[in-house]
Amino acid sequence: MNISDFKSNDKITWCAGCGDFGILTALKNALVKIGKAPKDVLLVSGIGQAAKLPHYIKCNCFNGLHGRALPVASGAKMVNHNLTVIVTTGDGDCYGEGGNHFIHNIRRNVDITVIVHNNQIYGLTKGQASPTTDQGYVTNVQTQGVMLEPFHPLEAALALGCGFVARGYSAETEHLSWLITEAISYKGFSLIDVLQPCVSFNKKNTYEWYSKRVYKINDDALYNLQDKSSAYQKAAQWGDRIPIGILYKEQKPSYEERTGIILRAPVVEDNIENINIDELLNNSI
Amino acid sequence: MFSEITIKITGEAGQGMQTVGFNLCRLFKKCGFYIFANQDYMSRIRGGNNFFQLRISGVPVYTLRKHSDIIIALDGPSISIHKETLNKEGVIIIDKKKFNIVEEGPFLDVGMYEIAKNLGSEIFINSVAYGFIAGMVNAEENFVTETIKESFNDKGEDIIGKNIAAAKSGYELAMAGIKNDKFHIEVKKTKETMIINGNEAIALGAIRSGCKFYSAYPMTPSTSIMNEIAQHSKQFNIIVEQAEDEIAAINMAIGASFAGARSMTATSGGGFCLMVEGVSLSAMTETPVVIVDAQRPAPATGFPTRTEQADLLFVLSAGHGEFAKAIFSPGSIEEAFYLTMHAFNLSEKYQIPVFIMTDQHLADSYRNIDKLNQNAANVVRSIITKELSKKISVYKRYELNENGISARAIPSWIDDVIYADSDEHTEEGHITEDALMRIKMVEKRMHKKMQALKKEIIKPNIFNLEKAQMVLVGFGSTYGVLRELCEAYPDKFGFIHFSQIWPFPADSIIELLKDKSKVVTVENNATAQLAKLIRMQTGINISNSILKFDGRPFDLDCLADELKVLEKAG
Repeated sequence: MNISDFKSNDKITWCAGCGDFGILTALKNALVKIGKAPKDVLLVSGIGQAAKLPHYIKCNCFNGLHGRALPVASGAKMVNHNLTVIVTTGDGDCYGEGGNHFIHNIRRNVDITVIVHNNQIYGLTKGQASPTTDQGYVTNVQTQGVMLEPFHPLEAALALGCGFVARGYSAETEHLSWLITEAISYKGFSLIDVLQPCVSFNKKNTYEWYSKRVYKINDDALYNLQDKSSAYQKAAQWGDRIPIGILYKEQKPSYEERTGIILRAPVVEDNIENINIDELLNNSI
Repeated sequence: MFSEITIKITGEAGQGMQTVGFNLCRLFKKCGFYIFANQDYMSRIRGGNNFFQLRISGVPVYTLRKHSDIIIALDGPSISIHKETLNKEGVIIIDKKKFNIVEEGPFLDVGMYEIAKNLGSEIFINSVAYGFIAGMVNAEENFVTETIKESFNDKGEDIIGKNIAAAKSGYELAMAGIKNDKFHIEVKKTKETMIINGNEAIALGAIRSGCKFYSAYPMTPSTSIMNEIAQHSKQFNIIVEQAEDEIAAINMAIGASFAGARSMTATSGGGFCLMVEGVSLSAMTETPVVIVDAQRPAPATGFPTRTEQADLLFVLSAGHGEFAKAIFSPGSIEEAFYLTMHAFNLSEKYQIPVFIMTDQHLADSYRNIDKLNQNAANVVRSIITKELSKKISVYKRYELNENGISARAIPSWIDDVIYADSDEHTEEGHITEDALMRIKMVEKRMHKKMQALKKEIIKPNIFNLEKAQMVLVGFGSTYGVLRELCEAYPDKFGFIHFSQIWPFPADSIIELLKDKSKVVTVENNATAQLAKLIRMQTGINISNSILKFDGRPFDLDCLADELKVLEKAG
């Protein structure tokens, strides 16, 4: 595979300079590296600017409802575990509208990769606070500044038992591409929260703001991916220094392994045209 | 001798009325009777008052009776709750000493608890009671023990032995103590039948249809569909997933369906409220899904364990916007099975959401039926097969054509990729704001599909329309009571019963009601929703309706009484 195999003809409608472009590039490069054909990859999204991404890449795409990408992705993967299933979602889509699915799909641990374009603002609806907007940030709705505690996705994911927890930065395309490759290779639910500047509506968390702060934790050879307490510390770090990289990695049985579906052909391959239920009909009261 | 008997087993939740009831179902089937059995239970695990009602007859029966001939009370309070429902010649079986009953009444005092205790535990009360009833109706003794063996099959020799002893004690007590044959019933050998309920029939239909993915959130009275499919999931290679909520349930089913698996979800009205956006997602992305709404009384939590038919217009209009859908409302256990198979085929053929509307009454009622014919409806797949997929390298998911149905490819089977979108989209599945494309896509999803769906509407069930002075009209679970009532009064009543609600069989009903002056809808709701739907679709105004919205199903006698009132009123 090379990059042109993933080229879509759909016209991109993001703002110039949007952090989403970096994620798109990183994802394409990761897919080239993984070496799967576009027809064997399924991108699932909900609603928001992040949710448009699957149109801008040549892969199978299911662009569903706001907040509902995760159940669609899990359902598709369960019936065809040969597909590589990736969710492109946003902070509003995944942590707000779809919060319950975020919780329970981490528990479910289906082998899917979730890339959250976290721009800490609502872009598509023009600038309201998202679940991750910093406290005090003033918007047209939050006129006194955001008063709610922000949602902490990485800490939440760790607490829920997620086996692959990472944070990327959309301007660090190569690093992000590596994270995505690692996440796809991981057998189970993998989360990458991506810091993504919104050039139109987030005037605080800009490229400049992030670039001064981010540092790569995996550059430190002593950082232990399997140490959960270090992972919690890194996940909670926010302010002057913001860590990016794989915070935590623990191999545990995926849904497919636990249920045994990985051991047989995907159910979509089953011939259903003559299923014999005679035994059930004879076994009633 | 009676030609039929109604038996009610009553007590508090957790006392095992269901065990007695199921044992009696098995027993009477062996003896050659037809049964209709129904459970009335409260939304609690212990206490309160529940009962299992069983009607036994030498000829097929399709509904309940108002009064019981035998009430077997496993606790004291059951007497005051149920004595009004006893037939004039009926009897209440009660352990008077155990419950300190001093009053006089139509009681048959049986020391059931003493017998059970002598066998080691009060837990055997169920089998004593069962054996006693078996004796009262003069069932063959070997059938009595056979039944115990079958129903306690997986419980081990010791438990089977003790329950047989308990049943025998009860049986012998009845044989020795009751000298008349008042409750004996005539046996007419029936042919080979099976006893299942409406929900089991839906589950069996789904398994036969090649349902490969089932996701749901438990909600009474739909849950037993999930239980039944889960029980057989290993054998038939079906993925059953309990979702975190109903929103997840329908979205997972849609995801699985998009990937190529026949998928289903079931819930009750409250859960269906949460699924509604998913319904329109199925329609917009043209992804098939079969959805069961097992209705219960609403609004909000309502009566969790009881019955109603008040979701009709809600399901009909569920999902924002305009799109094609199909709705079935099976009237019997047989229809529940066959229409589920039809629903899967139709959903795949038209790439639409298809609904099966049932309710607690049909879901939980048991009847013996002729063995279901699994070949009555073949699985007809409407996807591009894996073989043909190999030749496809350029694909448009929403390709426009005459009939509105674009050939559906399965991801990874073809060489091209597939784009599906909940936004308005182009033929390729990419987002568009184009006005002309919008019109074409609406025509495709709505008009063209509906036009084709109308050509395969299932006509209403009809009975005795020529002779009837009054035509009764119903849908869903009222089929049984309509049928028995019209059979009982053939010079007075006939009926029309809808097992398909949408697309509505307007032409059929216009034709059937052409010369009819007395027409009455019979509905388990408060606002005559079926009458409204008929008016909406045909302009025919049915001004009389018999409505029942107390959370309980119609029975033969209450419907007959209501009709008498109506007749008197002219």
